[in-house]
Parts: sequence; structure tokens; C-alpha cells
Amino acid sequence: MDVTLPNEGHHDTSHDDHHGKPSGFRAVAWHYLTTTNHKDIGTLYLWFAFIMFLSGGIMALLIRAELFQPGLQLVEPEFFNQLTTMHGLVMVFGAIMPAFTGFANWQVPLMIGASDMAFARLNLWSFWLLPMAALLLIGSFFTPSGATAAGWTLYAPLSTQQGVGMDMAIFAIHLMGISSIMGAINIITTIINMRAPDMPMMRMPLFIWTWLITAFLLIAVMPVLAGAVTMLLTDRHFGTTFFNAAGGGDPVLYQHIFWFFGHPEVYIMALPAFGIVSSVIPAFARKPLFGYTSMVYATGSIALLSFIVWAHHMFTVGLPVTGILFFMYATMIIAVPTGVKVFNWVATMWQGSMTFETPMLFAIGFIVLFTVGGFTGLVLSIAPLDVQLQDTYYVVAHFHYVLVAGSLFSLFAGVYFWIPKWTGRMYNETLGKAHFWLSMIFFNVTFFVQHFLGLAGMPRRIPDYALQFADFNMVSSIGAFGFGLSQLLFLYVVIDCIRNGKPVSEKRVWEGADSLEWDLPTPAPYHSFHTPPKLKWDGQRPVIAD
Amino acid sequence: MKTILSRLSYLIFSLLLCANAAAAWQLGMQEPASEMAATQQFLNEFVMWIIVIIGIGVFGIMFYSIVRHRKDKGYKAANFHENTLVEIIWTAVPMFIIIGMALPATSAIIDYKNTSSPDLTVKVTGIQWKWEYDYLDKDVAFYSQLSTAPEEIGGKYYGSDATANPQSDHYLLEVDNEMVVPVGKKVRLLLTAADVIHAWWVPQLGVKQDAIPGVVRDAWFEANRPGVYRGQCAELCGKNHGFMPIVVRAVPEDEFNAWIVEQGGKVAASDEAPNYVGADTTAATAEDAAPVEWTMEVAMQQGETAYNTYCAACHQANGEGLLPAFPALKNSKIALGDIAEHIDIVINGKAGTSMAAFSYLSASDLAAIITYERNAWGNDTGDLIAPEDIKK
Repeated sequence: MDVTLPNEGHHDTSHDDHHGKPSGFRAVAWHYLTTTNHKDIGTLYLWFAFIMFLSGGIMALLIRAELFQPGLQLVEPEFFNQLTTMHGLVMVFGAIMPAFTGFANWQVPLMIGASDMAFARLNLWSFWLLPMAALLLIGSFFTPSGATAAGWTLYAPLSTQQGVGMDMAIFAIHLMGISSIMGAINIITTIINMRAPDMPMMRMPLFIWTWLITAFLLIAVMPVLAGAVTMLLTDRHFGTTFFNAAGGGDPVLYQHIFWFFGHPEVYIMALPAFGIVSSVIPAFARKPLFGYTSMVYATGSIALLSFIVWAHHMFTVGLPVTGILFFMYATMIIAVPTGVKVFNWVATMWQGSMTFETPMLFAIGFIVLFTVGGFTGLVLSIAPLDVQLQDTYYVVAHFHYVLVAGSLFSLFAGVYFWIPKWTGRMYNETLGKAHFWLSMIFFNVTFFVQHFLGLAGMPRRIPDYALQFADFNMVSSIGAFGFGLSQLLFLYVVIDCIRNGKPVSEKRVWEGADSLEWDLPTPAPYHSFHTPPKLKWDGQRPVIAD
Repeated sequence: MKTILSRLSYLIFSLLLCANAAAAWQLGMQEPASEMAATQQFLNEFVMWIIVIIGIGVFGIMFYSIVRHRKDKGYKAANFHENTLVEIIWTAVPMFIIIGMALPATSAIIDYKNTSSPDLTVKVTGIQWKWEYDYLDKDVAFYSQLSTAPEEIGGKYYGSDATANPQSDHYLLEVDNEMVVPVGKKVRLLLTAADVIHAWWVPQLGVKQDAIPGVVRDAWFEANRPGVYRGQCAELCGKNHGFMPIVVRAVPEDEFNAWIVEQGGKVAASDEAPNYVGADTTAATAEDAAPVEWTMEVAMQQGETAYNTYCAACHQANGEGLLPAFPALKNSKIALGDIAEHIDIVINGKAGTSMAAFSYLSASDLAAIITYERNAWGNDTGDLIAPEDIKK
């Protein structure tokens, strides 16, 4: 039985050469404004995320340019604070999260044998809310008082002191929150309801598991963030005093609510990365993922634990000693399931038959650097030590290891891994490897030295610093420009692949790749599964039975 | 174990680690000047060694595999994908390692949070962008703010196009009035803030505590040797967050008592209102007594200096303010309007806004500032306010 119905034309000139090619700017624009196809929407998400990644990157480079040497050379302190704040908001909500949603859109239906996402129009709406939110965020730079400068955490009461840029950020967060919640509902429904009947839960690819759990985290915590910023909004304009002690409120309450969102948010940006890496490593080791079951349980444990560790972001706020001890122990325990994941990846590589194409390089880079970020996380969990390191460059280094070398590297691994399946074309392997090595080297030049700055006592979010911090700051700034420029190479590699890449037609582009999308034609047909496919299982590998 | 570990670290890092407070290319933490800071440094090295050893193990196995188990060397993939015993071991062993780290951390944090039985209590208030120290039983209170010349930081700091020229030894880590404390005494801090959240942090003393408006938190430190210890505000608090340093001078107890007396305070406890000291009142006494005639020129000159010290951080040197929190004074209703209202808002502040009360300044500084505000930047009211007009 031909269930895949690859009845669309197999031209490989363009990715949307179906239903008659939309040609001309207006037709293409109208197509993307109205498309409900999961692949098109996934593509929109990914390009949106990349544009936001470059915008946030420009802000980061302005920050590093100012910090190149002591003294204020380029920007005023207030604008510097706007840059650090917006860099954080844009990267977290504009780049990393939408990029993972883009992967979910492309990959979830392909990997579980669904025809599309469960709610196709909702899917389109989730996406188009994001550019509106981005306009509000970026546009706030051009208001008279500038963008919000309260830090991406928007701590009250500093955030109640800000200008209209703060209100625009609040509404942008509302929009992005609605988008994330709708996206999460869509992903959960698709995975639970539209999975091929022959694929039991415990045989879903780990990418599907991690996204399923991530989607539940999103539904649990995005409303909490929306509540926190709405309380800020009413404190600012409608006379409430949730976060003002003079009116019976408490500034620390904001931090509790924010971090109750904020810590699960960290895992929202990490779990799908685990999923991507768990797809890439077995493919290039030509060996099944080690400890699949324990990976699933470890992901679930991390997600549950993420709800009870939030106050480790607040060890210097003046918590009672029993509170500190609870949050310290709970935080340290997260190292156990995270360690299990790293051990499982290494065991997957062990006695494999490995090759090192670009996706594998980024996945290995991910494991090494994410582990370093995990180690410094363990250091930071030690409360008496965190007292020294809280709000220093040590923390900046820590979360960039987790979010750049962690989430971002996994996204690169994912793009290089799946782009042949998406476009039917192969990227330039030499340039891909160059992109990896440049990113790897410059990332470490930028961020490794920041550990030393933090230990030596340099606070974060300062536009100017004491002279003893000058040398490492200069090193870090040089690294940052190298890292930023390397990402233009990535842009080139992707465009070059789409336009001039060598056509590939074998289903299983990578020898060891074993999830369902690799049993589809390459490029994946515009409508992949009209009816749920019947599957045979060849070990861990699903094969479409005809 | 503690000594072995620290010796081992120093052996390896001795060429790299500097023993100074903080130096160029420094890799580790600043040299501790309190037992708490020493404990924190020990914990850092202790945990660091554990993660270095685990890292060498895990990455070592991984890189061995990367070198050996390659397709281009003809290595054939095995097909195992689980091993219950191994999985139990690598879940259980980290649990024990974590318990090993949690034990010293627990006793340290219990000690850190124990603020009982202090020898001296100082109330510390974070204000955008300076610190106020109030020695509660000593009748001594003063403000402490950055003393690095704005010209060193550069024109971007105060609204001109002057080039930065950082050079002083303690650039950005120096203040006009240092906090002085006795060595070997437990100093308890009561921390709060006037506007937004700040954090009081001195790395060598091992203490960092947020100062939160409307809330009082406490913390403690005990300097174990004389010296000058420098730190900074550690919680983003607005525009000049990077420019509100903390300097603590630890001196022997008799020197401390002499300092208290010199500041006009009392060594024994007292319940009178604190006596504000520092540059403000000493300057005031000198100038109030000086037989200089109070002319527009004198007032404007003194006013410009005082304005740039106390007002310009918010209202800016050019009087244009920084919206939305800090309104312009140039062409403002207050500066061009009723004199009594202008005096009132400067002395008493304005509730519900960031405008602080400046009643602690001398009458002549206040008169000079108000005169300056009413006549600078094209606010040509011609009003000359005399120190006698200031009734607190």
C-alpha cells in the first residue's frame, strides 16, 4: 500500500514548487502569509529565529565593543543597559525558542507519521504573532526613553521606573507567550493524537519525547510569566502595589514569580537540544542510542525538578537558611539526570563506527561545552559559593555555555543534519566544518575567560570596569567579534545549499540515521503522509511497510 | 583534606594565581580577608577539583572513543544499547559525590546566615547611585559615592564628547567616604534601599546581600586583618549601576574609635539622631564661616560643583534629565516657578518618585544648587538664593 503518496512533482529547484509555483514577490508573500503547511511554517520560524539571532548578535557586539577597553567610548550607560536587556530578551524569546519551534514544525509530523500539525491555522497564527512581538521589542529602541533597561529579568522596582519601552516589552512578552502556549498545545495534540498507530510512546524518537515534555513545561510556565509582567503593568499604570513595599507589596515577590517561570524556561531551551543531539549522535556512530528508556525518564525528572529549584537564582536576596538549603539540595540533584544523559551519549559513541560530518561535530561540541556549563552550574549551586559568584561574569559565562554552546550548537547540528532532507540538496561540507571550528574556537575565546573575570570579582551588566579586568575583557571582545562574523558563514552555507547545493535523492541521506523521516523520499514531499503509515520495526528503526 | 587540596591547587596555579586583591590576568578569587571568604575560596577549589577529575574521566573516554572507534579506521559498530548495571552505577555514584559536596556547603551557609551577636551594627542604604552608612549606636552617618573623576570615565558618562582616560589606581573602585570598621569584630549590616534593589558586595570579605526597598535584610562580615577592601553594587540598579563602588577600611579597634570620635560620633551607645559627616558638613562649616560675600558668581560657581556631585547623576549635567524617571530642570516648572516650592522639593524630596531628600546638605550648598538650577542652561530667572533662605 502506498501510504506516502509522493504524488507531488519532484523538482528540486525550490522548496515550494507545489500546487503550481508561487512566483513573483506578491505571490510568494501571499503564500507564506496564508500557508498552513507545517513545513512552510517551520521554515518561517527558522528564518525568523535567524533574523532575531543576528539582531541580538549585533546588540551583543555593541556590548563587547564598549567593553573592549576601560572607560566609556561608544555608548552611554543607559543605552548600554538597554542593549544588555534587549540582547537577553531577543535571544531567548526571539531566537532560541522560535528556532526550536521551527524544528518541531518541520520534524514532529515527519518523525511520527502525521499528515501535518493538529491545528494548522492555529499554527500559522502562532507564528505570525512573533513578528508583531519583535516589532514591539525592536521598535521600543526608537521611543523617546528608549528600550527597557531593567535587565531581561525585568526586576521590580527598576522595571517600574522605565519608560514606554517597558510597556512595549510587556506586550511583546504577552504576544510571545500566547504564541508559545498555542504552539505547545499544537505539538502535544499532534504527538498524542496524530502519531502513527504503529508507533508506541516508548518508540518515539527522543526528539519527540523532549519536545512533548517541553510543551508541557511551556503550558505550565508561560502563563506565570504573563501574570508577572501583567502585575508589573498594573503597578506601573493602574496604582497597584504588588511589588512595592510602601503599598503592602514585596519587590522579592516578583523574583519568585519570575524565576518560577525562569527556571523551567532554562529547560525549555535545553530539552529540545537534548532531543536533537540524541538524533544526531546515533546516526553518525551507526549505533542505537544507548539507554533510551533512561533518557526518557531523565528528561521527565529534569522537567519535574525544574519546578522546585527556582530560588537558586535568589541566594543573595536574603532567604531563610532552611530555604537556601532546600533549593541548594534540589538544584544539586539535577546534576544526576543531566549526568545520565551525558553518560548515555558517550556510551552511544563508544564502539560505534563514527564519522565526523558537520552535524556530528556540532553535537560533540555540544556535549563537551554543555557539560562544562553543567559543571559551572554545579559550582553555582553551592549556596555559600554562589554568594560570591551571583551576578558576576561567572554566571554570564555559565549560561552562555548552556545556551550558546548548548542550545545554539544543537540547533546548528539540527540544521546541518536535516537540511538535505528538507531541501533535497547537500550543504558544502568543507564550509560547514569551517563554521564549526570557527564557532568552537571563538566561542571559547569569548566565554571561557569570563569565568576568570567573575571569580576575580567583575559584576555583570556594567558598561565600564576596574583596570585589573581589562586584559580578559579585551580577549573576550575579540572572541565575540570572531564568533559573530563566523555566523555569517553559516548564513552563506545555508543559502548556498538551498540554491546551488548538490542534489541528493537517497532516502537515508546519512547512513546511520534511523527515525521515520529517513524512510521518506528526499526532499520530503510537501504533503508527507496523507494517511497514517503502517510501520515495520527493524530494531529501533521504523520502516514504512507497503 | 582542606590543606592538601589548597596546597595542591596553589602548587599548580601558583604561577598564574595572584595573591593581590585583584590583578590583571587573575584566574582565581580575590585573596580572602575574612574566614567566610576563605571558606568560599576553599569550596571553589574543592568543587573545581571534583569537576576537573570527572571532566578528565568523561572526556577522556569520549576522546579515546573518537580516536579509536572511527569508520575510516574500519571499526565495526557494536550494537548494544543498554546495560542496567552500568546505568545504576552512573546514577548512584554522582549521588554520593553530590552528598560529599553538600556537606561542607551546608555548614558554610549556616555560618553565613548566622548574624547573631554582632560587635557593631551598621545600617546600609542603597540609593541610586551611592551608599549611605549609618553607624546606629555611634551617632555617625554619611554618604559614600564614586570619587573617580568623570573625565577619566569619558564624556559618555556625563554627556559630552570628551575621550575616556582611565588611569587612577583604583579606577571605579574608589569613594569619597570609606566605610571604616574594626578588625576582628563581627560587623552586622542592616541593608535596605531607597529606590530600587541594589546589592552590597565586597569579595574579600565574602559577603554579598541585596538591599531591597521597603525591606530590611541583614548580613555580617568580620575582617581578619587590616586593609582596604573594595567591591561594587552587584544588582542592576539603573543607569549608573556600574558606578557605585563600596570601599571598606578595616583598622585596629583603637583607630576605629578614634575615627568615630573624629567624625563627631560617640564611642558609647547613644539614642540621639545621627550626625551627618563627611564632605557635606565639613565643606558647609568652612564655607558658612568664610567671609566671602554671597554673590551670584560665588553661588553659581559653588552651585555648579555641588550640582554635578549630587544632582547630575539623574538630572544630567546639561539639566535635560533622563526620561522617564528623571525630569529635565531646563525650562522646568519647578526651576522657573515659585522659589519656596523649589527649595521644598530639594530639601524634602518628592514622595512616590526617585527624587530623594537632600536635607543633609549644608545650607550654603543647597542655596548654591538652587541658584544654579534657576540660572543655568538658559533658566535665566536671575534669582539669587541665600543660605539664610534655606529653612530646613
